[in-house]
Amino acid sequence: MDSTSKQKVLLVIFFSIALVYILRLAVMQLFDDSYLRSAQENVLQEQTIYPARGLVYDRTGELLVYNDAIYDLIVIPEQVKGLDTNEFCRVLGIEKIDFVQRFEKMKRGVGYAPYRPSVFEKQLTIPIYAAFQEKLFDFPGFYVEVRTDRKYQHSNAAHIMGYIGEVTDRDIEKSEGYYRMGDFKGISGVERSYEEVLRGRKGVRYVLVDSKNRTQGRYKDGMFDTAAVAGQNVTLSIDQKLQELGEQLLTNKIGSVVAIEPSTGEILALVSMPTYDPNLFVGRQRGNNYMKLLRDPSKPLFNRPLAAPYPPGSIFKVLMSLVGQQEGVLTPNTMYGCYGGYHMGGLTVGCHPHSSPLNLQGAVAVSCNAYFCHVYRSVIDNQMYPNSETAYKKWYDHISSFGIGHKLGVDLYGEGQGFLPPSTYYDKVYGRYRWKSSTTISLAIGQGELGITPLQMANATAVVANRGYYVTPHVVKKIDGKPNPNPEYNKKHWASVDTPYYGVVINGMQDVIERGTGRVAMIPGIEICGKTGTAQNPHGKDHSVFFAFAPKDNPKIAIAVFVENAGFGATWAAPIASLMIEQYLTGKHDTRKYLLERMLKGNLVHKNDTATAATKTGKH
Amino acid sequence: MIQQQQQPKPASIDWLTLVLYFVFVIGGLLCIYASVYKEDHPMIYDTSMNYGKQLIWIGLSLFIGLLILFVDEKFFYAFAYPIYGITLFLLVAVLLAGTTVKGSSSWIEIGGFRMQPAEFAKFGAALALAKYLSGFNIKFKERKTQIIAFTISFLPLFIILFQNETGSALVFGSFIFVLYREGLPGWILFLGFAVIVLSVLALLVPALYLCIAIAVLAALFTLVIRRNRQNILTVIGVAVVMMIYVNSVDYVFENVLQAHQKSRINVLLGKEVDLKGAGYNVMQSKIAIGSGGLFGKGFLEGTQNKFRFVPEQSTDFIFCTIGEEYGFVGSFIFIALYMLLLWRIVYLAERQRYKFNRIYGYSVASILFFHFLINIGMTLGLMPVIGIPLPFISYGGSSLLSFTILLFIFIRLDANKVNELRGAFD
Repeated sequence: MDSTSKQKVLLVIFFSIALVYILRLAVMQLFDDSYLRSAQENVLQEQTIYPARGLVYDRTGELLVYNDAIYDLIVIPEQVKGLDTNEFCRVLGIEKIDFVQRFEKMKRGVGYAPYRPSVFEKQLTIPIYAAFQEKLFDFPGFYVEVRTDRKYQHSNAAHIMGYIGEVTDRDIEKSEGYYRMGDFKGISGVERSYEEVLRGRKGVRYVLVDSKNRTQGRYKDGMFDTAAVAGQNVTLSIDQKLQELGEQLLTNKIGSVVAIEPSTGEILALVSMPTYDPNLFVGRQRGNNYMKLLRDPSKPLFNRPLAAPYPPGSIFKVLMSLVGQQEGVLTPNTMYGCYGGYHMGGLTVGCHPHSSPLNLQGAVAVSCNAYFCHVYRSVIDNQMYPNSETAYKKWYDHISSFGIGHKLGVDLYGEGQGFLPPSTYYDKVYGRYRWKSSTTISLAIGQGELGITPLQMANATAVVANRGYYVTPHVVKKIDGKPNPNPEYNKKHWASVDTPYYGVVINGMQDVIERGTGRVAMIPGIEICGKTGTAQNPHGKDHSVFFAFAPKDNPKIAIAVFVENAGFGATWAAPIASLMIEQYLTGKHDTRKYLLERMLKGNLVHKNDTATAATKTGKH
Repeated sequence: MIQQQQQPKPASIDWLTLVLYFVFVIGGLLCIYASVYKEDHPMIYDTSMNYGKQLIWIGLSLFIGLLILFVDEKFFYAFAYPIYGITLFLLVAVLLAGTTVKGSSSWIEIGGFRMQPAEFAKFGAALALAKYLSGFNIKFKERKTQIIAFTISFLPLFIILFQNETGSALVFGSFIFVLYREGLPGWILFLGFAVIVLSVLALLVPALYLCIAIAVLAALFTLVIRRNRQNILTVIGVAVVMMIYVNSVDYVFENVLQAHQKSRINVLLGKEVDLKGAGYNVMQSKIAIGSGGLFGKGFLEGTQNKFRFVPEQSTDFIFCTIGEEYGFVGSFIFIALYMLLLWRIVYLAERQRYKFNRIYGYSVASILFFHFLINIGMTLGLMPVIGIPLPFISYGGSSLLSFTILLFIFIRLDANKVNELRGAFD
């Protein structure tokens, strides 16, 4: 081989290598876009921007719920490279086994993908957050996300506020991609029913990160980013002071108070006792606290005013008076005698001593059992109807039109139906056509199978106060400063009893306060109309029941109070209602110190036990 | 008269080579700037940054390059052996008293400046080889000549291997091209190629299968050749040697190579996914280049580059910057220019009247080619990760200075060709 061909051979070797490299470059740069995608995956990080959850105010504009910053440790598993696990666990203060388990758990979660951010540790404490922030660049794939948790200004109204908690796998599926593992949503109360209003809309920010996972700037100047939309603020119809007083008065008792503004259906106070501090559902101890409350035998999580069915007792007589008149079997002048009770065949419904005979107003005032048994019989055994069943159905429809026996549609989660027995119920018990007024006579005085929730009772009170209608009770007055847009909350639901029939009954209710069984509730200068009740209860001592509205003309507040196993309505329920009415109408509740003291000190629950540590105890 | 002729006239310098040199050095500076750019150090002459330091090295290199152009060309012939001797001495000195940087003890520190003698050994060996082979009455066919030539070429290789600087050592393998040009038979190049192919196969395929395949091939081979005793014995002999080689590759691989070298080769062969070490570098390097597209992302716009995904980007992986920020077009132009330089050097070398100049020229071209082969191949994932710089482009003082000296000596030698002066050492 001569030297020129050797020169050529060498040049051919040089150029063929160059050619191979150029072809390789062409394949990589021109025909394979996987490198471009990998380059983007390297630097692009999708960060969720959590909007501030809407704030919650009471009807007077006082801030009740606001947000507090919390720090979550997020991991993008794919980007975890060369992690010093020992150091990592040390900074975070966890065990190595824990570390492995978390990854395992994460992988089983819905929507898990190695390139997608997952929550590794929720709610870092401030010292851990600070330590972690310093070391962050040593832990590629991890970053801290700031978001907010709820903070409840007052430790009350837990059953109205509800709480937020982590979404479940089901929530994530149902939300069609909105929720992500580790997100929070309202679990109960207003937080739940107004979740979509309060949560706002999450935003997305695309940032560029370097090889050490440090943020280096926005991607394309934020062209693809979406801004977070803050949640809307919500104004409750709740009066914080009234609510607080209600909870104080019910402290160490079991029971409920519901106060409604009759003309609007706005709930002014909704007390469920025992209750808990809503701040227990904030922070790292959320889960533990929840379990504690769940296991508490006094059931602090149970929303009594919405869901607990009570026999209403004597306050039901008010409705009986109205239905009787509407059915034409009762007039204000109808007189019945009372001879220590109602006697019909072998059946006797006892009554307490009072003057006799009585007209309707008087019967309401003294709460004569016999009188209303007569009324009930005349309704059910009315000759206008072919049989008791038809008459009972009529009666049922009347009572039902007061919002009893079915859900009202309050904007809170967990509302119960109560129980207004339909005719078929008695068919089942006694056989069809084999029952009549005497069989179901206890309904006349609000006993028997009847179960009415405090909310329903307060709503019925509102019907009486409004002389014939109610607006569906609700706790959210305004959303973002504008009236609650739900049409149900702006609509009058008329009961089937005509307005003229209310006058005499209301007079009777006024008498209850001024000279009848509810004198203890009297407030000088305020015309209160009310009715006491002492509901017999198969499980123990009678429930103390009271409902009232005030003032008589143009009522501002309708209230129902149930105190479990507390005896006479006048003993506990009536004073509590009275104090709350006074507070709401005058802004004061300490004009009758003796009454206030007696209520605050009254301990009907646990005289010497401290079992319910998690349960809130009142302060005053 | 003679004094005057010792100075090269501007017209006699090969301007194309010089221009290409400047294009590479300035382009390289821009790439270094882009690959270590920090927004708070935007000035290119900021000496706290690598690009500022490189600027100083460029200045120093130009000064020394200029100096070389003014040196009497006989100097290099006369002092070829002493220069070689000094570089060898430095190599040994480094072994004994060197500074260890990143696992390789190839650095020598003089007054705060660190340099790698291995870089300078390249032109030392080139000069010595050129001088020896161009010597009076030297015939390459003689066994003695061959042994001495090989010794000159590969002695630095073995010393540098002891420094744990495999990449720099392998560069001396490029002298095989020079020896080929000067008379080494072509089958040696072919043999080298065959050994590489067989080695790769041996690492990929179990030795037993490979031996069976060799046996089958040998059997087929005997069917087509003239079956005389000697041919058959040759085939059998070759087959046996191949089988022994195949079986020994594994042993060498497992017992001689170091862990990181094994890992790099395994990653290249796709036998190992090492996302922390060598595999990570290559993966990120490929992502950087592959994501460049046709025109690239633009100066300072490469995200792989800017956000430091490619380790050693300003030194060994500098080609990533070209690939990512200037795309296929930029990479193509770079390779084309590099080939132009190689062609120009070979072309000029062939034109030389003096054998010394020609052999030296071929040494320059071979060394530059070898760096190109390994460095670009590594960034493209076609070669194992062997840390050697891309000439003129990569950050690094020793490297830039040694390549400048290497090239400028040739420019100086070449500038002489047009002189009518008859050389005393023809």
